[in-house]
Amino acid sequence: MDRDPESTSRRTFYQRMIYGVSSLIAAALTVPAVGYLFPSRRKGSAHKGWTDAGDVSALPLNEPRELAFQRKRVDGWKTSSERATAWVVRTDQELIAFSPRCTHLGCGYHWETDSDRFVCPCHTSGFSVTGEVLEGPAPRPLDRFETRTEGNRLWLGRVRTIPENGGQ
Amino acid sequence: MRDLIRRILDWVDHRTGFETAVKNFLFDDIPASSGWHQVFGSVALFLFFVQAFTGVLLAFNYAPQPGDAYHSLQYIVTQITGGRLIRGLHHWGASLMVVVVGLHMIQVALWGAYKKPREATWILGVLLLLLVLAFGLTGYLLPWDNRAYWATVVTIQIAGLAPLLGEYVLEFLGGAEGVGVSTFTRFYTLHVLMLPALTVLLMVLHIHLVRKHGVTPSPRAIGLPKKKFYPGQAFKDLMAFFAVFVLLFVLAATVDVPLEGLADPSDSTYVPRPEWYFLFLFQMLKFFEGRWEVVGAVILPTLAVLALLAVPFLDRAKVKRIQQRTLAFAVVGLVLAGWLALTVAAVLTTPEQVASARGTSPAAADWRLLTPVELAGRAYFQQEKCAECHNLAEGEPKMGPTLATASHRKSAEWLTEHFRNPSAVAPGSSMPAMTLSDDELTCLIAFVLKLTPTNAAALAAVPDDAMRAGVIYHDSQCGACHVVNGSGEESGPPLNGVGQRRTAQWLEDHFRDPQKFDPQSVMPPYDFPPEDMKAMVDYMQALPPDPRQFGD
Repeated sequence: MDRDPESTSRRTFYQRMIYGVSSLIAAALTVPAVGYLFPSRRKGSAHKGWTDAGDVSALPLNEPRELAFQRKRVDGWKTSSERATAWVVRTDQELIAFSPRCTHLGCGYHWETDSDRFVCPCHTSGFSVTGEVLEGPAPRPLDRFETRTEGNRLWLGRVRTIPENGGQ
Repeated sequence: MRDLIRRILDWVDHRTGFETAVKNFLFDDIPASSGWHQVFGSVALFLFFVQAFTGVLLAFNYAPQPGDAYHSLQYIVTQITGGRLIRGLHHWGASLMVVVVGLHMIQVALWGAYKKPREATWILGVLLLLLVLAFGLTGYLLPWDNRAYWATVVTIQIAGLAPLLGEYVLEFLGGAEGVGVSTFTRFYTLHVLMLPALTVLLMVLHIHLVRKHGVTPSPRAIGLPKKKFYPGQAFKDLMAFFAVFVLLFVLAATVDVPLEGLADPSDSTYVPRPEWYFLFLFQMLKFFEGRWEVVGAVILPTLAVLALLAVPFLDRAKVKRIQQRTLAFAVVGLVLAGWLALTVAAVLTTPEQVASARGTSPAAADWRLLTPVELAGRAYFQQEKCAECHNLAEGEPKMGPTLATASHRKSAEWLTEHFRNPSAVAPGSSMPAMTLSDDELTCLIAFVLKLTPTNAAALAAVPDDAMRAGVIYHDSQCGACHVVNGSGEESGPPLNGVGQRRTAQWLEDHFRDPQKFDPQSVMPPYDFPPEDMKAMVDYMQALPPDPRQFGD
């Protein structure tokens, strides 16, 4: 390095200030940026409140049906009405509404009457009528909507995950 | 550890020359006369990085389409952590950029740093100034609020005045058919793709020339030993960055950048104004009328730019000490004074935004003062789920505008058109079209027009039964014979105060069989189902005896 007319102590001061101030500016820009790019979900999930999923009075026992309904979806700056579905089954004890996504990687599954189980076409996970994993790579039972009935109508709330070894 | 880092750095440097390049840059020789007055160029570079950084962040959450642009920006500033701050940094950063580039130019002009052999550096600088202004102009449209829309309408019209080229400029900016999707997309593309690329290119060339010719020394410094850029001048530059950054941060954190209502091409009361640094041009236009307008709009600005470009060729005298450059001071002072005078004149002559063009009927502060038509309109507001996207009064922001403030300047015709075909009158509106009948729509419009910021909260809270009664009253055409709150025909008795004169039972029986009470009555019987009957009787009883008692 060339010799510099400025004294060593002044050089050190300059250098320290340069590092300090640069770091300060960088921090003042990156901290808000991180908050901005990874927003906390302070507004809750995309689907708030309860959705009317339709009339379930004609639902047979232990035979799952896929119900389609419209629900409100908050997607960033857009609020829209979207078509959504749920697999609904009436068992001896309760009325269950499953989220229509396989718990493995989110594919849509269907009910197979012959084998009496839900089957996911992607990686052949199978679930019982009450959602327990029978086979395949699915890590946990089918997720369920919170449910509530008003007269003959089924209302769906949020989707709840049932942990591994779960069931109810 | 130190050894390891040294070895890694050496390895990288051997293969890329990176460290050597940085060192060459930092330990470049600069004249002994360098100092605080030469920080502005670096500050402009710094601000460019801040603008690029915040601009990219904004783009992460911004939808570049008219309408969506507005909603996504609203989402950024109201919902996202730090969103308001980042938009503030970008907005005020643009203003500061204009200031800093202006100061940079003034410094170079006063010191005569554009002289041979630095003419090309100066010319690149003038072009960079134009790019900064182009950034400001195109960025102004992107929020797609009323301010953005109207300022751009004016800009586009001015561009269209250019002799010979006007038509083509208009075509290029997509403004031949008025400001809409094409103009928006072109402005957006210019703002985020073309201008940044051009700016980086010219900046690199500009800085390359600065390094090539060296920082301009003062005549006194010639012959004195040179200094190194680092750390002395680097320190000064960085302190200047810091000062500007603190100012920028404080502005962004404390001064709200306005986001007005969604762009509304039918709003004839809006007073469009450009950003402050364009006000002088705007003001100058006022001096040229009719066919002379092109002089103020195009010819003078073009001449001014040409004059700026010609500066190094006009002033070719030998480099002098700044104390002897009286002419330079005089010219710069004159230009600044002219700019300031025009800007101040523009600010002083700006009229206040017109608040409200409406207000024929007194503001009803209570739902009981609404006419039955307005009350029915309130019911349709409920039925059509308008409240999913609109607040009546200020509240947690929703997707659509707050109606008490937004419906202020609207006419019934505008609202009719808007409800039938929302995006026809409000481009970019994502509101679904109404399926109400003409008659129902009339009620809804009457209600919306009744809203003011002072009564909206009260009108948001109308009991369901009252709304039901409003619809029944309207559908049964009671107003053809009765007056409620000053609205309706007078052939039958007025209904205000009927609740004080009659009991609930009497009212119910009278609805079912009016002739039982007065054989001469021409009122038809109304055998409402129980729920409707209760709603109607309650409504009659809720009507104020004298609508004026509530005042307004």
